[in-house]
Amino acid sequence: MQAEGRLVLQSSAPGRIRQDRNAQRAFSVITLLPVLLIVIVAIALVVRAWPITRAASVWDTLLGVVWKPEDGLFGFWPFITGTVWVTVVGVALSVPPCLLIAFYLSEYAHRATRSVAKPVLDLLAAIPPVVYGVWGLLAIVPFVQDLVAPLAKRWFSGISVLHVHQPTGFSILTGGIVLAVMIAPLIISVVYEILAAVPNDLRHASLAVGATRWQTIRNVVLPQVLTGIVAAIVLAASRALGETIAVLMVVGNVAKVPTSIFDAAYPLPALIANNYGDMMSIPLYDAALLGAALVLLFVILIFNVISTLVLQRMLRRKWA
Amino acid sequence: MIRNRWARRHVAEAIVKFLMIMSFVIVAASLGLILWTIIARGLPSLSWSMITQTPKGGYYMGKEGGVLNAIIGSLYLAGGGTLLALVFSLPIALYLNTYLGESQWGQYVRLSLDVLWGIPSIVYGAFGFALMLEIGMRASLLAGIVVLALLELPIMVRAMDEVLRLMPKDLEHAAFALGSTKLEVALRVVTRQMLPGIVTAILLAFGRGIGDAASVLFTAGYTDRIPTSLMRPTASLPLAVFFQLATPYKEVQERGYASALILTIIVLIISLGSRWISGRLSRYTVK
Repeated sequence: MQAEGRLVLQSSAPGRIRQDRNAQRAFSVITLLPVLLIVIVAIALVVRAWPITRAASVWDTLLGVVWKPEDGLFGFWPFITGTVWVTVVGVALSVPPCLLIAFYLSEYAHRATRSVAKPVLDLLAAIPPVVYGVWGLLAIVPFVQDLVAPLAKRWFSGISVLHVHQPTGFSILTGGIVLAVMIAPLIISVVYEILAAVPNDLRHASLAVGATRWQTIRNVVLPQVLTGIVAAIVLAASRALGETIAVLMVVGNVAKVPTSIFDAAYPLPALIANNYGDMMSIPLYDAALLGAALVLLFVILIFNVISTLVLQRMLRRKWA
Repeated sequence: MIRNRWARRHVAEAIVKFLMIMSFVIVAASLGLILWTIIARGLPSLSWSMITQTPKGGYYMGKEGGVLNAIIGSLYLAGGGTLLALVFSLPIALYLNTYLGESQWGQYVRLSLDVLWGIPSIVYGAFGFALMLEIGMRASLLAGIVVLALLELPIMVRAMDEVLRLMPKDLEHAAFALGSTKLEVALRVVTRQMLPGIVTAILLAFGRGIGDAASVLFTAGYTDRIPTSLMRPTASLPLAVFFQLATPYKEVQERGYASALILTIIVLIISLGSRWISGRLSRYTVK
């Protein structure tokens, strides 16, 4: 183009400008897509789930404890509580070590240690859910069944959330352990990113007056990042809420409101995934399952928007 | 002044540091344990026929065959989904960076992408299914590709966006100073300079797509044949693992573990390969 001389360049200028303008228009339309997509997904699910309100009111559906599609009873409560239990156990197991690791990588680790940690976390994030499920089935189910549950039975039988009611390792705890490993890379990388945004001057000032590193973390760094850490946990929880296949494979899938972490549970995503086969043969079944997806979407949207807004503000520029 | 090593704060320091290292060891060990479990259980039943044959009659009762249908199906699904997502992702990422910059609207788009990223694949699957009911479409390769593209789009755009933000401004300014339009800068300067990052983003999304089961469960169906058209249903590796483990036959379950190993190997190759490729490509960028 450079060699073609002034004349050619000048004469082609309007075309180039027009091209640029057209591209801008096309690009701006395509950019509407992500914004619209959220709305479209929500609307489509609302429309398809609406018929379920004919069977019972929204509250009766959400809080109903009986799930008998063949009798037209669609109570979501066992599934909602199952989802909450598994998510809470997973997040509770994952957060303490992940925070420690993020602090370690950010405040203590040498560059060499970090360059080892990154591929480990990348690989953990890359492993597909179904492989986590297989691992859970082969390693965690027997671990809970043969080791954790008997120990809990012997020592903690006084605590009701640790009661062992059933002999298998397919339990909330198992699902929680698998989830905890799955969400670890997310928590660590988000918290690490927040810590990296804390100005070093603050740390230097604290270290200069003789504080140990841990004192610096506790008294100087932590107060700066507390909101961000809460947001990271909420984000991880929303990821855990929607995890389907891995949890479904190890959690037992019994439609009963759980009372102990050794009970089986039946989270909402598992409900949807397990029953797609028969949902066209029973009236309102498809509406009920898409309603379950809608409940999931609704909760996750709230969690996500809040945590993302907080993190966006904390980091000024966006995190990955 | 002699430092008192046993002062409370120094003890606390040591304890915390120990806990931190232990936590890291636990997480790293989990990765090792996962890989070891999959390899130890998958390798014995992994055979040449597993990856070169489709299921023969009675395969799900332990007779002959392999999961070639699922391997090919997964590559079709993830390949198609990634291609479709790329067609939309690149313009969005370029528009966000070259045209919108840090504007308010750009922030809204980024927020909505992050929210989309958080939507679980089972919801995308349910959404795809709701749409298919609406237009009377059957489970097919095409439906699976579209849903996977939806799932991959936010991952791809956000990964590209992160890279494009690092674009050296000098380079852009030089191109603008020479009279380039924004489109020319976007396509000829930004895209070339940032190619390694863009390739990494594509591979990241492909890896996510090939491993996802919940979204294709409703939309792509499952079949023992290799799909010959976009309108046919197709098998996929994650579902092959899932369905084989669900059978009561031990031999078939063993093959499920082998299928999980195949899937893990593919994902690891993509993950490690993206590192290598982006390293190679970055030789051709302006430092």
